[in-house]
Amino acid sequence: MITTHELTKRFGALTVVDSVELDVQDGDIYGFLGANGSGKTTTVRMLLGLVLASSGQIRLFGEPMPKAASRVLGRIGALVEGPAAYGHLSGRANLMLNDASGNRAARGSSTDRARRVGEVLDEVGLGGVGRRPVKAYSLGMRQRLGLATALLRQPELLILDEPTNGLDPQGIGEIRQLLLKLHAAGTTIFLSSHLLAEVEQLCTRVGVLDRGRLVVQAELAELQAPTGRIVLRSPDVLAIATLLGDRVVEIADDQLVVAGTDPAGLNGWLVGRGLRIAELAVQRRSLEQAVLELTGPSADRVDRVARADQIERADQTERADRPDPP
Amino acid sequence: MIAIEIAKLFRRPRTWLTIVLLDALPTLVAILLAITHLGPRPGEGPAFLSAVLSNGSLFSVAALAIVLPLFLPIAVAVVAGDSVAGEAAAGTLRYLLVRPVGRTRLLVAKLSAVFVFVGTTVVVVAGTGFVVGRLLLGDQPVSAAVTSVSGSTLSSGQIAGRIAIAICYVAFSMLGVAAIALFLSTVSDSGLGASLGALAVLIGSSVLLTLDAAHALQPYLPTRYWLSFVDLFRDPILWRNVVHGVGLQAVYVLVFLGAAWANFTTKDVTS
Repeated sequence: MITTHELTKRFGALTVVDSVELDVQDGDIYGFLGANGSGKTTTVRMLLGLVLASSGQIRLFGEPMPKAASRVLGRIGALVEGPAAYGHLSGRANLMLNDASGNRAARGSSTDRARRVGEVLDEVGLGGVGRRPVKAYSLGMRQRLGLATALLRQPELLILDEPTNGLDPQGIGEIRQLLLKLHAAGTTIFLSSHLLAEVEQLCTRVGVLDRGRLVVQAELAELQAPTGRIVLRSPDVLAIATLLGDRVVEIADDQLVVAGTDPAGLNGWLVGRGLRIAELAVQRRSLEQAVLELTGPSADRVDRVARADQIERADQTERADRPDPP
Repeated sequence: MIAIEIAKLFRRPRTWLTIVLLDALPTLVAILLAITHLGPRPGEGPAFLSAVLSNGSLFSVAALAIVLPLFLPIAVAVVAGDSVAGEAAAGTLRYLLVRPVGRTRLLVAKLSAVFVFVGTTVVVVAGTGFVVGRLLLGDQPVSAAVTSVSGSTLSSGQIAGRIAIAICYVAFSMLGVAAIALFLSTVSDSGLGASLGALAVLIGSSVLLTLDAAHALQPYLPTRYWLSFVDLFRDPILWRNVVHGVGLQAVYVLVFLGAAWANFTTKDVTS
């Protein structure tokens, strides 16, 4: 579906995207993760032919981008960096305009278009919004309208940049259900996000971008592999700890982390000795841990490099401000 | 796509407000003239204003002459400057391009919409001028002879033909402004910036036209031949400047549209 080879984008001296090799398979829900400013949006824009790559290749559906843009983009629905619409027109009018702008062959008659627009509005939960102009929409409604724009042509591939931005928890849940439904119907989804929880709940494959470099690309299950430890809760923590001796890795209040890969065996063994177990599970790496291990500090954090003389001066001022002790 | 862009432009309340405001000034002038009968002396003030006191039919041309130096170019620069940059600022440009609409196709559609706007505006201003002039400034039958700028008499058929040519010439003169503003609109993501940039070019041109030291540059300045449509009402018609004007505008249009195309089709759309 999407493959890139050494995809690179430089803005002047700054390399924003550096030799990225994406590989999104047919049927994936691909989570494209990265901190703010890590190059996610630039990558998405390059995939869609909005930003032109400095070097490297992009293939969508096996065809080169942006050369085949007019053929390929019609099969894609996209939401790029937030929704956008003409504020003085209604959501429906916006969708009609956007739909009518596409390739002549694909857009069909105006009744086709009206039906299509009605369908996607229902799908994203804006069916009853009427003639209200978009400038009177809430952030969540705009986001839904953006999704409707992406879904207009029943795309085979959805490229969504932060699709749940601005939605409340119910809205996020609804959109998640909608995406899962579309995926079940055969749509491949490329979801760019910095919300790890969202990706963890939806995606089957994950790529992590850190300051322009793709630091990992793997199945989600692979990243969440067991750590070879078991987490255990019990009112009898101390007794268990003495019993297990140096297998105990961590101990806190009523919780123990124990080395081992067989929770059922451990459970049977402990219960056999009359110890009460409240909870017992294999420890898995969370996506957050995996991502934090792989990436550096947040890309939009710009720390000042402290200079020795400034620190000294600050010290002196502080001393001068302090009243003498009586 | 062209039809869509035209529809988009004319569904905007702002477009109609611009046209109404453009009509307001000539209407105000007509009212003042009708009340005071104080026309400028021949050869002074906006072209034709001295003539309209005796014949309201010519007021359509006078109306064009009133809005041509400043108001009309401002309106054209605002609309053309906003055409691409406005979409970029609203974020809708990226959604058009991924629909997909080819960049060249979008540019051609935008350009056509701007040209249609120019044509509509000029015709509406001339039409309003004609109606207002007939109502307020004398309603001799159109068939009555009209005195040309040269002093001889023109038949009503001649006048109608010449007014039509004048309308076309004024509209064509605005295409240069439109092309400059459209080019700037592909450079900037701010419609305001693009419009002001185009106006800066026009104001610069007007300043240089008054300067004797800039004599060598003057034939190439975009506003040089704008008011030459007055020559259409001489007897016989003095074609030289009109032809130069058309040629000059064509060069501006070609150069700036080429630049707009080259810039827009190779540009990173980051808005």
